[in-house]
Amino acid sequence: MDFYGFTPRSRLFLGTAQYPSPAVLQRAVETAGVDVVTVSLRREAGRLGGGQDFWALIRGLGVKVLPNTAGCHSVKEAVTTAQMAREVFGTPWIKLEVIGEADTLQPDVFGLVEAARILCAEGFEVFPYMTEDLVVAERLVEAGCRVLMPWGAPIGTGKGLNNPYGLRALRAHFPDIPLVVDAGIGLPSHAAAAMELGYDAVLLNTAVAKAGDPAAMAAAFARAVEAGRLAFEAGPMEPRDMAAPSTPVLGRALLG
Amino acid sequence: MQIIVNGDTREVATPILAEALAELGYAGTVVATAVNETFVSATARAQTILADGDRLEILAPMQGG
Repeated sequence: MDFYGFTPRSRLFLGTAQYPSPAVLQRAVETAGVDVVTVSLRREAGRLGGGQDFWALIRGLGVKVLPNTAGCHSVKEAVTTAQMAREVFGTPWIKLEVIGEADTLQPDVFGLVEAARILCAEGFEVFPYMTEDLVVAERLVEAGCRVLMPWGAPIGTGKGLNNPYGLRALRAHFPDIPLVVDAGIGLPSHAAAAMELGYDAVLLNTAVAKAGDPAAMAAAFARAVEAGRLAFEAGPMEPRDMAAPSTPVLGRALLG
Repeated sequence: MQIIVNGDTREVATPILAEALAELGYAGTVVATAVNETFVSATARAQTILADGDRLEILAPMQGG
């Protein structure tokens, strides 16, 4: 598992938005042992704007930051935001989002490929937020992406993996590209399912931030991700339609 | 001179971006800047001259998913 030369200890990546307080965010990150978190950029109101305190908190966590281009609807907007993020956060990593549709927040995959091409050429290490489309994935890899992040379901819906078939096909086609299920995860079982498919990591935010106890939920996700990964590595059995006795039939007594 | 700062009209005395930032209260902050939708790096701010009506975006770290 190599994300542009970085090997995280945890396969759970966490968003930093929507927590009840900064302290709760900090507890969630620490409890789950997360070492990659997503961050963003917004207009700052001056020296007393909230951005400075937030950045101090994140730096204090000692984690790797993955800035996003959330809310960008055009290539130009996404590229400029990425350039600004690289300077502020001091990292070439960028979670590239080019949103194409307001209701589903689904990526504009055409704009995504174009923006990825520009940013990869500028030396960025791009984590594209994409649909599970194989051809889009091909184009992104051609553009220079060395990580792919297909959605599980639309952002914030918590519906889990809408298209396990598509995600499995993506895994099979790109055995050597780190794949992260990003968005739509609602429960630890969804995260485990993604890991059982052979995904390298999952990235989620709302499912933890909006839980009754975010730190406990983060811990639950960490264990689910670990369990799913172990299961994948262990080689799951093939499902079958007909029953097969698990207790040996040979040597069974004749008692009736 | 009037410029648009994060969507609001503001008055600044200096046309130099680096000085305008200080004048607007951003001295010592971690921010990234864009003028008229084009990124201006921190090192280029001292040489960047603002014109009346320019749109300045000043962004800082924020929670994100």
